[in-house]
Amino acid sequence: MSQSFKIRKGYDLKLVGAAAQTDLGAVSASTYAVSPLDFPGITPKLAVKAGAQVKAGDTLFFDKDRPEVKICSPVSGEVAEVKRGAKRKILAVVVLADSEVAYADHGALDVAKADRSEVAAHLANTGAGAFITSRPYGVAASMNEEPRDIFVNAVHSGPLAGDLAYQLAGKEAEVAAALNALGALTTGKVYVSQADDVAPLDCLSGEGVVNATFSGKHPKGLVGTQIAQIAPINKGEVVWTVNAVDLPVIGRAVLNGQYAPEYKVAVTGSKATNSGYATMLQGVNLAAFNSANINLDNTRVIAGDVLTGTQMDAEGFMAFGKSQITAIPEGNQTEFFGWVLPGFGKFSTNRAFWGWLFPNRKYDLDTNMHGEERAFVVTGEYDKFIPMDIFPQQLLRAILIGDIEKMEKLGIYEVLPEDFALAEVACTSKLPLQQIVRDGLNDLRKEMM
Amino acid sequence: MKFVQNIFDQTRPLVEKDGKRNILYPLHNALETMAFVPDHTAHSGAHVRDAIDLKRTMVTVIFAMVPALLFGMWNIGRLHYGAIGLDSTLLDNFLFGALKLLPLIIVTYAAGLGVEIFFSWKRNHPVNEGFLVSGLLIPLIMPVDIPLWMVAASTIFAVLIGKEVFGGTGMNLLNPALTARAFAFFAYPTWMSGDQVWINTSGGDIVDGYSGATAMGDLATTVGQGLGNPATETVMAQFGPEGTYSLMNAFLGLIPGSIGETSALLILLGGLFLIFKGVGSWRIMLSFFVGGLVMAGIFNAFAVNEFMGLNPIHQLMLGGFMFGMVFMATDPVSAAQTETGKYIYGFLAGFFGIMIRVFNPAYPEGIMLAILFMNVMAPLIDHYVVEANIKRREKRLANA
Repeated sequence: MSQSFKIRKGYDLKLVGAAAQTDLGAVSASTYAVSPLDFPGITPKLAVKAGAQVKAGDTLFFDKDRPEVKICSPVSGEVAEVKRGAKRKILAVVVLADSEVAYADHGALDVAKADRSEVAAHLANTGAGAFITSRPYGVAASMNEEPRDIFVNAVHSGPLAGDLAYQLAGKEAEVAAALNALGALTTGKVYVSQADDVAPLDCLSGEGVVNATFSGKHPKGLVGTQIAQIAPINKGEVVWTVNAVDLPVIGRAVLNGQYAPEYKVAVTGSKATNSGYATMLQGVNLAAFNSANINLDNTRVIAGDVLTGTQMDAEGFMAFGKSQITAIPEGNQTEFFGWVLPGFGKFSTNRAFWGWLFPNRKYDLDTNMHGEERAFVVTGEYDKFIPMDIFPQQLLRAILIGDIEKMEKLGIYEVLPEDFALAEVACTSKLPLQQIVRDGLNDLRKEMM
Repeated sequence: MKFVQNIFDQTRPLVEKDGKRNILYPLHNALETMAFVPDHTAHSGAHVRDAIDLKRTMVTVIFAMVPALLFGMWNIGRLHYGAIGLDSTLLDNFLFGALKLLPLIIVTYAAGLGVEIFFSWKRNHPVNEGFLVSGLLIPLIMPVDIPLWMVAASTIFAVLIGKEVFGGTGMNLLNPALTARAFAFFAYPTWMSGDQVWINTSGGDIVDGYSGATAMGDLATTVGQGLGNPATETVMAQFGPEGTYSLMNAFLGLIPGSIGETSALLILLGGLFLIFKGVGSWRIMLSFFVGGLVMAGIFNAFAVNEFMGLNPIHQLMLGGFMFGMVFMATDPVSAAQTETGKYIYGFLAGFFGIMIRVFNPAYPEGIMLAILFMNVMAPLIDHYVVEANIKRREKRLANA
C-alpha cells in the first residue's frame, strides 16, 4: 500500500555548500557531552554524579516528571563535569571517554516474542527511546504512552540536507529491526514517508509499514507536513515520529542491546572547507574537527540545518538528534541603504528585490536579520510556506495573548516550531515565530499536565 | 559611508537613555536604521532571513504612488492655468503643482512623524515605517486648496486616534490616511467639497464657462431629476465623448479631484507594480473592482436618474474609486487578513462605495466611507472565515 502527496506550498532554499559524497573519516575526541537543552519539555534529573564511571547506554539524566524518559551516555568513561548555568540549571553532562567503548548490555530483544510493554521498556532502558518524538508538544516520547500512529520521516528536503541513502548505507539490518520494533509499539499504523526524487530505500519498505511518497517543495521533509497530509492529529491524540536517520540507533538497541548513537554527519555550508560525511557519535567534542574542516573566521556553526538547527560553540559538542552540520558566515555588518537598493543579488522569497530574476541561483547566505522586529503588518505571508489547514497568523496571535482555548481550536496540536521555520525566514516583521510556537506549546503542556 | 556612520556614532551619547536629548532617540534610531540596515544577526529560530523588511515593503508602496503623485502635481498646474485662461508649459504646470503639493507633503510628514516619535519615545519602541506611506497618501487625497493647518490637524487626529491609541502600526482598526480624510471631511466640510476647493484660481481672472466642480459634485445634482430630464442635459453632456468628464479624460485623469486620485491609468500602473512585487493584494484589488462593477451594473440596469444610468466602467473611473482600490483598501493591517476574507472584504468595499456615492449625494466620496466601514467589518469577516476552519477541525475530531 502506498500513498503519494504533492506539497505545493513551501520553498526550496538553495544554498551553496552541499555535502560532497566524500568520507571525512571517523571523528573521536577525549570528551563527550549530552545537554538537556537538546530535549524540549524535559526537566532533567541527574542519574550520575561527577566522578562516576558509566558505560555507553547508562542513564546520565532522566525527566523528573516522566522517569521512564532516560537520556544515556554515548560512550563509556568517567563523568568529568556537570556544567551548570544560572539557578544551577544543568547545561551539559560531560563524560571523559575510555579509549575503548564498553557497552552496558541490555540484551537482545526478540520483538516477535515480546509484548508491547517489554518492547517499550527495552527501548526506554537502552536510551534508544529518546530518539522517538511525541506530538503534540514535540518532546521525547514516554514509552508508557501509546501512540495512535507512528510516522517515520525519510524525506531529506531541508537546506543542504544529507543524502539519506548514503547515511544509512550498511545499516539496513538495524533499520529493518527498528521498524519491526516500532510496529509493536502501536495498535495503529507505522507510516514511512519517502521523497519521490530519490530512489526509495528497500530497507524502509518492510512488511507492516504503510509507505507514502512526497513530492514538491520543502517542507515536504518535515514530519508535521507529512502527518497533516496523511492523518492529522486531533485534540487528545498522541502520535510518535522518528527520523529515518535515527532508526539504526533503535535497531542496534533491539538487535544486540547496545546504545550507539553513531551517525554519518553531513558537513555542509559555504564555510565548510572540507564538505562531506564524517562518522561520529552524538555528543562528541568537535573542537579539533571544526578547526580542521571549517573556516572558523566569523562563522556560525549550526548543528542541523539553517532553518531549525541550533547554534553551537565551535569548540563545543555535537548536539543530540542531528545528522548535519552547517557552517555559514555571520552577518554582523551593516549595509548602507540596503533597503532601497534594487538588490539583484539579494535572497528574498518574494519579488520585492530583483534577485527573483535568478530563480536557480544558489545563495551564500549569512545570519543577518536584514531589518528590525516589528508588529504583524503584512498578511497572508506565512500561509505560503505552511502546507496545512491552519491559519498561522491567527494561531500565533492566540499564542501571544495566551488564549489556550483559541490555540486548541486553531490547531496548535498539529504544529511544532519547525513547521514555522520557513515562514520565519520570510517574515517581513522579523518576528521569532519558532520561539512563539515553542512558548505556546509549553504553556499548553503545563496547562494539560 | 564611514563619515555618515561617524555622525550617528558621535550624536548617539546625546540621545541615549541618560543623554540630554533622549526624546530624540527614536528619531536618531529611525534615521540610523534608514541609512544602515543594522548588523543584527538571528538569535533564535532560523539562522538565515529574507532580505525584505517593513522599510522595503513601505518604500515599494511609495514607488507605486510616484506616477500618480507626479501626475497630480502636473494636473494642479494644468487646471490652475486653464481656469485663469493662461497658457502654460509642462514645466510651468509641474512647478506650480510642486509649489502647492510639497508644502502639503511636508506638513503631513512633520505632523504625523512628530506624533509617532513622541509615542515611540513614551512607549520605548522604534519608530514604525507605516507612516512613510500614510504621510504620502494623505496629501494625495486632499483638495489642492485645503489650508495647511487643516491637513496638520487631520493628520494628528488620524495618527493619534486612528493608530496610536490602538498600539501603533499593525494594531490599528482603521486606515490612518482615510481616517485623516474622514476627519477633514466632517470637520471642515466647506473645504472638502463643493466647487471652490479643487482648482487653485488665485492670481488671475476666471475664464468664462469655468466650473470648479468635480464629476461627483456635478453628478450629484442629477439625483431626483429623473432619467432624460432636460434639466440635466448640460451636466450629462460633460460625460459625453466630447465633455470634460469623458471616459477618456477620466481614465487619463484630466479632471478636477483630489490631488492624486484622478488618473485611473497611472493608479492602475501603480497597482500592477504592487501586485507584481507581491506587496499589494491582488485579491482585494480584483474583488474591489468587481464589487464596484456589479453595483454600478445593477444601478445601470435599474436607473431612475442619470447618475445611476452612467456607464458602469465610466462610474468606476471617477472619484476616488481607483485610488481607494489600489492604495487604501489594500492596507494589510486594516483589511481582512485571511485570503478568503480578502475577496469578501474587497467586493463589499467596492460594492458599498458605489452604493453610497449614488444613493447619498451628500457623500460624493462614498469610497472613503465604504472602505472605513469595511475596515471595521474586516475582523468580523475574518472571524467567520476562521470559524469555518475551526468547524472543520471539530468535525474531524468528532469523526476520529
